[in-house]
Amino acid sequence: MPDLGALFDPKGIIITGVSNHPGKFGFVTLHNLLASGYEGAVYPVSREPGEVLGLDVLGSIDDVPDGAADMLFICTPPAINEGLLRQAAAKGVTAAFCAAGGYREAGPEGVEMEQRLIALCDELGIALAGPNGQGVVSTPSSMCAQIVAPFAPAGKIAIASQSGNFVSSFLNLANHTGVGVSRAVAAGNASVLGIADYVEYFTDDPETAVSLVYIESVDDGREMFERMAPLAARKPIVVVKGGASAAGARAAASHTGALASDDAVFDGMCRQAGLIRARDVEEAFEAAATFATQPLPDGDRVVVVTTVGGWGVAAVDAMADTRLDPAALPDDLMAAIDEKLPPRWSKNNPIDMAGGETRDTVPEILQLVAEHPDVDAVVLLGVGIQSNTASMMRNGPFFPDHGLERIVGFHERQDTRYAEAAAEISTATGTPIVVATELANAGPDNPAPATLHALGRLCHASAGRAVRSLHHLAGYSAWRQARGL
Amino acid sequence: MSITLSEAESRRVVSRYGVPVSPFVTGTSTAEVLAAVETDASVTFPVVAKLCGRAIAHKTERGLVRLRIADNDALAAACDELLSKAVPDDGEVEVLVSTMVDGNRELIAGLNDDPQFGMTVMVGIGGILAEAIRDVSFRLAPITEVDAAEMLDDLATQRLFGEFRGEPEADRAAIVEALVALARVGVEEPGLRSADLNPLILVDGKPIAVDALLEIEEDDDA
Repeated sequence: MPDLGALFDPKGIIITGVSNHPGKFGFVTLHNLLASGYEGAVYPVSREPGEVLGLDVLGSIDDVPDGAADMLFICTPPAINEGLLRQAAAKGVTAAFCAAGGYREAGPEGVEMEQRLIALCDELGIALAGPNGQGVVSTPSSMCAQIVAPFAPAGKIAIASQSGNFVSSFLNLANHTGVGVSRAVAAGNASVLGIADYVEYFTDDPETAVSLVYIESVDDGREMFERMAPLAARKPIVVVKGGASAAGARAAASHTGALASDDAVFDGMCRQAGLIRARDVEEAFEAAATFATQPLPDGDRVVVVTTVGGWGVAAVDAMADTRLDPAALPDDLMAAIDEKLPPRWSKNNPIDMAGGETRDTVPEILQLVAEHPDVDAVVLLGVGIQSNTASMMRNGPFFPDHGLERIVGFHERQDTRYAEAAAEISTATGTPIVVATELANAGPDNPAPATLHALGRLCHASAGRAVRSLHHLAGYSAWRQARGL
Repeated sequence: MSITLSEAESRRVVSRYGVPVSPFVTGTSTAEVLAAVETDASVTFPVVAKLCGRAIAHKTERGLVRLRIADNDALAAACDELLSKAVPDDGEVEVLVSTMVDGNRELIAGLNDDPQFGMTVMVGIGGILAEAIRDVSFRLAPITEVDAAEMLDDLATQRLFGEFRGEPEADRAAIVEALVALARVGVEEPGLRSADLNPLILVDGKPIAVDALLEIEEDDDA
């Protein structure tokens, strides 16, 4: 297998098919690469030399200095690409992303062209991504080599997708949530490099904590299982599968055959291999974002901490169809919390502080709960409500008089503290603390979600979604423990 | 070209790997059946008698199963009647007599050679409604004991594994052992395409297959 290092961290990139028309793929790719701050050498190449975006366009790859580029980004049509690959290989290129279409997806002639492309890359020792894909992103190299947007903040999630659309979806979610990405690649036709090759690279990659994979078709399920299972043992892999609802039951001689829908067998394979399977793209991203930013829980016991009632009930309800256990509060923890809260607090799980918190209560209670040996994970709800009140005061007709300025500042500082405390205490205790509020979507400028965003940690948009993410973490943890990992 | 083995042949194959099946004997005549029951102490009344053969797939639909046979006389009558129901298309037939086991809970277990994933093993909620309920879990064979235990955890109908209608809690370890053994059949038995153990009855919490059907790929030159 060729090394993928030059695909994700190239020292220099040659882009073919660069045009001065801002609507063309070659132009967009060059633009995105420069706009994302890529610091390596960039060599635009075109039949028509000139200047694009302030760079000299070379008339031929032969004009690139020897050894100056190790990656080739192809925006030219199939007919000329074999020649370009040979020229590039002669210059020291070892990886290529072929964005161009017109291969297997385009009929019999394309199939033949793709076969030749595969053979050529094998001969030249080039790691080829695509063809017919949207590009590759790598934040450690400040590289957005894509024929579309967006780029993403730096982080620990690595994405490989059989559909470029979902690379965009995941990158959009990374921007929205602030939970960043290390690498992202669209597999395109996956003629040389497939999903398992990318995940293998991500698993070795120190920049990556979790792989996030979108799969639409499985050619050889047994091979996928055999390659992915050992990788899942080393680093979590979140999978979302398209086409899962397609009728899978086949005409079969046996009951077992009739029950073996594609989805049932794929699901079993995931469970066996330790792949974390999410139901949809949002759930997959949020699970990956939680893996990337939280410690793994040791078990299923979850305590919910909430400033007021209803949210906590919803969180416990959401655990009903998960593996999570809204465990009873241990006596010593109960006694410790009693010291901190007025007598009207809920005295069970969820810990409903019933509005009884003073300046330091929330961080203190979080600390008590998270450090308790009988608690495996914590859900924190109700953040942001103080700043909500503050916001109405700040924007109302009486501000800053009547003492409003002072209280507004207090409320906003408190929500900032809660978000910071969730991050700090989780890191210090090794217990995951997930935070949820609809303000993640409804009021992203509120200091609670805004602080989490700035810290690069996920603020879930609902208790139910936070619970799903924890369910995936706990499931992976149980899979590891059952195998002595 | 695939063929299905008779129930008796299927039972012999899976029990060789350690999959528990209800005690049984076979015979091609009433006298042979009675003699076999007499000699084999593991087969005890009440018994079930079935006409079985490679070409007979739907025993119940054709009325080829007799339940709750209490003694030798009733067994003799049942054998005579079942053997008389054989038609020329059935080819070689025999009567299978097995101890009637008792349990309210029925699982289904099986094997299927999947075009994408190769040999797979399944467990689920069994009985005649198995295909309607579809509460099943698959794995790729072979499986470890850990995999098998997780298959049971996957099933939605967990209440069935607790104490149930006066019967003890399901013996998960025994079910796990049966599944691991079944998966080995899938991996090691030459030409195996599919297998059904339906139902796998929980008797005192332990699984016992009371029906088995194996589908085998035959070599063309065989």
